[in-house]
Amino acid sequence: MSIFLTRPDLPFCKGCGHHHVVRSTVKALEEIGVRPTDVILVTDIGCHGIVDGNFATHTVHGLHGRSVALAAGIAMGLPPGKKVIVYIGDGGATLGLQHLLEAARMNVDLTVVVHNNMLYGMTGGQPSSLTPRGFRTGITPDGVSLPHHDLCRLVYDAGAAYVARVLGLGDFSETLRQALEIEGFTLVEVLELCTSYGVKWNPGLRLKALAEEAGYTPGVWTRPPRPVFRLPAGSGEPLSPRGEGLLDLPPVEVWFSSPLEERWTMILSGSAGEGIQQAAEILARAAMAAGLHVTKKGSYPVTVGVGFSTAEVILSRSPIFYHGVHEPDALVITSMDGLRNQWDRIERMTRGVLWVDASLPVPETGAEIRVRDFRGRAGARYAALYAIWTVLRETGVLPPEALLEVVRGSPLADRIPVDRLASLG
Amino acid sequence: MDSCRVLLDGSRLIVESCVRAGAHVYVGYPITPASLIFSYASRRFPIALPAPDEITALQWMAGLSAAGHLPVTATSFPGFALMVESINMAYMMELPMLIIFVQRLGPSTGTATAGAQGDLLLLDGLISGGYPLPVLCISDLMDCWLLPSIALRTAVELRTPVVLLSSKEMVMTQASFDLRQLPAIEPVHRAFYQGPGPYRSYDPGDGLVPPFLPVGNDRHIVRLNASTHDRSGLLQHTGEEAMANTHRLGEKVEALTPVLYHLDEQDGAQTLVVSYDITSGAAREAVRILRSREIPVSLLLARTLLPIPAIYYEVIDRYPRVVIAEENAQGQFARLLFGRRIPSKIRLIGAVGRMVRPEEIVREVLAG
Ligand SMILES: Cc1ncc(C[n+]2csc(CCOP(=O)(O)OP(=O)(O)O)c2C)c(N)n1
Ligand code: SF4
Repeated sequence: MSIFLTRPDLPFCKGCGHHHVVRSTVKALEEIGVRPTDVILVTDIGCHGIVDGNFATHTVHGLHGRSVALAAGIAMGLPPGKKVIVYIGDGGATLGLQHLLEAARMNVDLTVVVHNNMLYGMTGGQPSSLTPRGFRTGITPDGVSLPHHDLCRLVYDAGAAYVARVLGLGDFSETLRQALEIEGFTLVEVLELCTSYGVKWNPGLRLKALAEEAGYTPGVWTRPPRPVFRLPAGSGEPLSPRGEGLLDLPPVEVWFSSPLEERWTMILSGSAGEGIQQAAEILARAAMAAGLHVTKKGSYPVTVGVGFSTAEVILSRSPIFYHGVHEPDALVITSMDGLRNQWDRIERMTRGVLWVDASLPVPETGAEIRVRDFRGRAGARYAALYAIWTVLRETGVLPPEALLEVVRGSPLADRIPVDRLASLG
Repeated sequence: MDSCRVLLDGSRLIVESCVRAGAHVYVGYPITPASLIFSYASRRFPIALPAPDEITALQWMAGLSAAGHLPVTATSFPGFALMVESINMAYMMELPMLIIFVQRLGPSTGTATAGAQGDLLLLDGLISGGYPLPVLCISDLMDCWLLPSIALRTAVELRTPVVLLSSKEMVMTQASFDLRQLPAIEPVHRAFYQGPGPYRSYDPGDGLVPPFLPVGNDRHIVRLNASTHDRSGLLQHTGEEAMANTHRLGEKVEALTPVLYHLDEQDGAQTLVVSYDITSGAAREAVRILRSREIPVSLLLARTLLPIPAIYYEVIDRYPRVVIAEENAQGQFARLLFGRRIPSKIRLIGAVGRMVRPEEIVREVLAG
């Protein structure tokens, strides 16, 4: 018996085409001359997939339709020289078609053997997307009415290195050997018959005639070698984290002080693309420079480039456990998008101060209203930062200079004309 | 310098913690609010792979884990839903990996940019058969640093997928933070089977966790199996050995998942406030407010959510009144603890589409 097998008897029905696949695989492996520990057989769910125990290689038995993605993970994580083989049925190939196309596109180093018996064997003979037109199954007694996928063509077009279709009669180990010897994504589609269901519903069926009639033409399609997708770890290269480390952030030194005793909350709302989040972040840093604790969060529609952009900032003398803002101390509106986004909140406000751009209508509100010409004076791009500057000047929660200092000490220094904003008063 | 204060978000701490703990492959598929983790991971992980969908992501992770790597991903409900069958596979195959689950507002696609705590009950029944999956949960920025590495260590030591639960506001909000308070992260130690063989992938010896050996190694063949299997990893219908093996999967998680929580009990307190994830912040704030008014109150913040630590019941039993606060409509943690028949001493505070407010907790405590 072969070193690749644990026992000679296979778990399939008498006459099932799956027998030929196993025998040809074993013969191909013997000819290549690898060791059993060099081979990883990944099996899908289906009759073809219950052979693990017969193989004396590494075996991995996964989910229905997902074996190619699972094997891709294994193959990309192993060093070259290992043979990763996938056994999958036409059912699994239908369910997991995308995994086949992706693995082919990426040129992952594995060999997929598709047991195309043109139906789901294990579940009693239902049609797959590889069942040819006219083929009868348990649930299509008049024959399947749609054409089948040409899996070989799909996978080849997706970038496979080597694709072959064989009639699964007798010995096709030579085709499997070729596929296994190529480094890259290879696929062999084996046409077979399910003696239990295929033949039962299509009496007198002959594989060769069926294949011809269905246009299932045997052949081999290859392309020149191209790079294989493998993790650097798999090629033995050392792996270390990239970049500086995510904690290599600019620390904020305390240069200023703030009279703030308690928690102070601000909502700034305007239009996407007008620097709302940036202005709020500058405020947050300025507050840190004044020795306060801060939180800052943004909210915007999923299409981040249009519509409103809202930022919530909390400043506090003591640590902030809760960073929600229910009724803000300051609500600052710089554009119509922001006003619409905050309209309901403004109407509900019973306290606090609303700063609103002079170009906008003012809703009914219990907040104190302060109309200011943010856009007119600073322009749309800097209205938000200018608004914060204004709020700081009018409330004194922080020294306004902290805002200027944060910008001057940051990479934004060349881009934001802080001195001009400050001179607007 | 006595401090190093920076402005950062939780996603950043999570990714850096994973990398320092020794995870080196991140497999990602973008989804708000987990995308920030993906983008940091792409800058920092030794290897970050963009997957074409979440099923592929989990399958690649399983394959990479089988080959001896330690993979991490992050997603939100829509992606997590696609991963469920594959997480069951990894659980059955006993493959270590970390899945960071950032909750957002559902059902379905819901509101991608709104936070929520709506997926806890999904995690409770996640493994077919009712077996427990370790679920740890982040309750503040320090947890963003500490828990990923503990979750990874748990994944390796128990040979299992681990879920780290969080939510949008937790991982995306920026806050001032002093980096010097962060303790060093010890890399997770990985030991592979060194014995003479024959190696049996699911033979736990005297313990509950079988020694791990990657597929494709040159010494012993390895068999991994998502279907019911014996100790060698071979398919078995419902034989005694196979059933014992399946039983062991739950047993090891019950016995070995670290029990992590924050308990702050105050003398004379008649009420215990219980919370987890983002609402922990509101709970802490509520307790601060109450104590500043000289009202004694105790606080339990759960970090290990599943399997439920027995200590939670012990603590709850000590109080005549318990307020459980969480950002959902059902009181999912309360249901997890008590089922549908929640004892009358337990009061629930919930919110949907917004955070639970400290005042709501304060009010409920005072109502007692
Ligand atoms: C997600 C999922 N859906 C359905 C099934 C049920 N199922 C088991 S085997 C199978 C079909 C197998 O057919 P095929 O892949 O052609 O292999 P064959 O049995 O013909 O060898 C199906 C649908 C499953 N295991 N998993
Ligand atoms: S049911 Fe069909 S596919 Fe399955 S083993 Fe029998 S003949 Fe083969």
